[in-house]
Amino acid sequence: MLSFIAKRLMSGLLLLVVVTSGTFFLAHLAVGDPTPGLLGNSATPAQQAALRARIGYDQPLLVQFWNWLSHAATGDFGTSWRNFQPVNDQIALRVPVTLSVVVVATVLAAVVGVAVGIVCGLRPGGLLDRGLKLASVVLFALPGFWVSLVLVTWFAIDLRWFPAIGYVSPEESVGGWLRSITLPSVSLALGAIVMVAEQLRNGFLQVAGQDFVRTLRARGLSDRRVTAHVLRNASPAALTVLALLFVGLLGGAIVVEIVFTLPGIGSLTQSASQIGDIPVLLGLTAVTVVFVVIVNFLLDLVLGWVNPKVRDR
Amino acid sequence: MTAVPTLAPAPLASVKRISLWRRYLRRPLGVVSLAVFAVVVAVAVLAPWLAPFDPNLVDFRLTRAAPGGEHLLGGDSAGRDILSRLLHGARTTLYGAVITCAAGLLLGVPAGVAAGYFGGVADRVCSWISDALQSVPGMIVLLVVAAGTGQDFTVLMVALGVFLAPGYYRITRARALAVRREPYIDAARVAGVTNARILRTHMMRAVYAPIVVQTALTAGIAVGMQAGLQFLGIGSASTPSWGQMMNDGFQTMLTQPLILLWPSIALGVTIAALAFIGSTLADLVSVRSEQPSRRSRGVVRRALAASEHEPSGVHEHDASACALRIENLRVGYATPSGAVKEVVRGVSLDAAPGEVLGIVGESGSGKTQTVFAVLDLLPAGGTAIADSIRVAGREVGRGLLGRSIGYVPQEPMSNLDPCYTIEHQLVEPLRHVNGLSKADARARAREVLVRVGITDPDRVLRSYPHQISGGMAQRVLIAGAVAGRPALLVADEPTTALDVTVQAEVLELLRELQREYGMALVIVTHNFGVVADICDRVVVMKDGRVVETGAVDQIFRRPADPYTAELISASLDDTEGRHELDALARVGGEDEAR
Repeated sequence: MLSFIAKRLMSGLLLLVVVTSGTFFLAHLAVGDPTPGLLGNSATPAQQAALRARIGYDQPLLVQFWNWLSHAATGDFGTSWRNFQPVNDQIALRVPVTLSVVVVATVLAAVVGVAVGIVCGLRPGGLLDRGLKLASVVLFALPGFWVSLVLVTWFAIDLRWFPAIGYVSPEESVGGWLRSITLPSVSLALGAIVMVAEQLRNGFLQVAGQDFVRTLRARGLSDRRVTAHVLRNASPAALTVLALLFVGLLGGAIVVEIVFTLPGIGSLTQSASQIGDIPVLLGLTAVTVVFVVIVNFLLDLVLGWVNPKVRDR
Repeated sequence: MTAVPTLAPAPLASVKRISLWRRYLRRPLGVVSLAVFAVVVAVAVLAPWLAPFDPNLVDFRLTRAAPGGEHLLGGDSAGRDILSRLLHGARTTLYGAVITCAAGLLLGVPAGVAAGYFGGVADRVCSWISDALQSVPGMIVLLVVAAGTGQDFTVLMVALGVFLAPGYYRITRARALAVRREPYIDAARVAGVTNARILRTHMMRAVYAPIVVQTALTAGIAVGMQAGLQFLGIGSASTPSWGQMMNDGFQTMLTQPLILLWPSIALGVTIAALAFIGSTLADLVSVRSEQPSRRSRGVVRRALAASEHEPSGVHEHDASACALRIENLRVGYATPSGAVKEVVRGVSLDAAPGEVLGIVGESGSGKTQTVFAVLDLLPAGGTAIADSIRVAGREVGRGLLGRSIGYVPQEPMSNLDPCYTIEHQLVEPLRHVNGLSKADARARAREVLVRVGITDPDRVLRSYPHQISGGMAQRVLIAGAVAGRPALLVADEPTTALDVTVQAEVLELLRELQREYGMALVIVTHNFGVVADICDRVVVMKDGRVVETGAVDQIFRRPADPYTAELISASLDDTEGRHELDALARVGGEDEAR
């Protein structure tokens, strides 16, 4: 088990290094000279050269990479090229907002998706199952920001149940916080719910048709107990989808946050992307990958607990 | 050499191969969504001719104008004709989707084929990259790419395709792996067909359908992601796009909601059409498992009740002295065409306590269906009716399984739950079905494991199914079946999946347990060697009916039915019971000569 954990951690670390390094070179390749974007077109060549020197852009690319990597390894992602604020502070200010939305959406997807998936697995061909099929087709493909625009129109503008925009931090008011992130989370979660439900439903039916389930029934176990066996066997696939969804939701949150004008990493990413603020973009990439690595690690632990074969590998 | 028995499968009716395309056109939802998508494509192609105005022509009088007049849908916040921008936006959308799908396809499919077909290092490297790509939040990296190339949408769409390539990769790899394991691929290799040729002919056929499905799904996602990026303000301002129009409408959502409505509808309808095309295709290549409805079960039940077969088979014992008594059992399945297929057609048989009854027949004779009906464990879609099925004097139903009936399955490894320890799987029914306390259940589980010949019961109890051998797994299953001291033990081909050396031991064990517990043992087999070895009486089945019933030596000596004689002579030479069988047959032959 220890070597299993160590292996997963190493693989997560490798992913982090590969992705952030890749993004570093990709960003420098894509942006080229960042100074016109940062200073605007009216800046003089002298101003541009001064900025280049200040942000270290006049050094060779590999030197810049080494500077960035050696600082990043200690958890310091440098300063923004636009306002020279530490990247860490800017991200730390915004991450709680995005995490609120994404975690609530993931929990919603897990709870509702699992419940719907079980009901559909127990009664395939039933009303809910057919409804799920229809919903999964449409909601799987419709982007979160599209759904959120629809929800804003209905629930915030027409019905006025929830605020259309803005964020309330939980320290200010827990109720206000919940109200402010309900619509964003639900818009993100709808597609995720149907994906989890569909995955679990299919896995459930597949496992239910296996030999050992018949043998469990032949031993006289009640439907409830047999269902528990089937669920445990069907859960790895659904859990894997949930972990993949977390990644997808992090990306989806960026656009949804813009719709609801939430001060999360979405608007930061958008503005950094528009002016070519590479340190901020790299910091954001690293932070999101860290979250993904943590979620994947937790997933591996749960999978190992659910399925003993994984542990022995 | 013995005559080759006529056990060849019944000739299959020639199946008409209907092309995917023609089956697709029979689905109303598929046709509608395809038609909608075709309209979108037509609009995209013909946009320059259809659009009434230049999409970028600014007319200040048109700023946020209401629909009407020359400008059917009004004007946007910059004073441009919305309808014209909508039509041209379809062009941008489809162009992006094509680029993304092409990039995903070109990267994912060859990598998937390579990984699945060649395996080894190629597989490990490609799978790692695919997994890594899936754990990167694509939107952020796309925004990094957009930071420099924001105006150039093609590059961005290619980058999006890279992130969607794992979808293609995974599906292609899985199919390629499946094809690789097919015997005909080995045959082709032995015959000297080159890898390139195999890949071209067989692999392409195997991956074609799933790739089409995947492309419909990927296109839907690509259209959505693309609109999301444009909504964030990425892409050239002079290229009309739905995402950018939505952003424009979003700014004035409260005052002029219509500006937001038009591009939203266009985007929603296009994505839904693509999603429904994909889902209809997926249905046709059966990705989602459909189940027979309850209504079809009623149909089967009525059809079985109406069938007019006379019961076949005889009862040997008095009804009150039977451990198992089946009267006129019929089992049927609903077929996709709506017809009911009757697989057991009026079977009657019985078995007394202390008796070993063999049910023999070729595959498809209905012997396994008969015992599953007794166990009330027919596969989905199967329905059984009978005049009476009694086990130990009680009509079969819930509450008998695990208490009065024990079941030993055919395939040991697939009949243990891989997620639980052996201990859990033995103890759980003892506690919750047979009502033992936790300590008693554990003691009983250990005791019965020792009884079935397991020498280190404590290690086996701690083990998971994948940690023990097939022969040991079968002993565990037998232990589980007899742990509740049933009156009837049903064994379905209990030795077929085992090594020859283990087969005889398992049969011997079953016979010992049957005597020790005074159970009736019903053993389903296609093998007369097993019958000669262990059974007292035999029921011979063919085409869902009992052909003949009798004591074992009588059946061997004077098979009343020519089919029985055929089955006996076809029994394999290398089975353990062969010499007994030969001896019996010899005696039978002499009897006849006399």
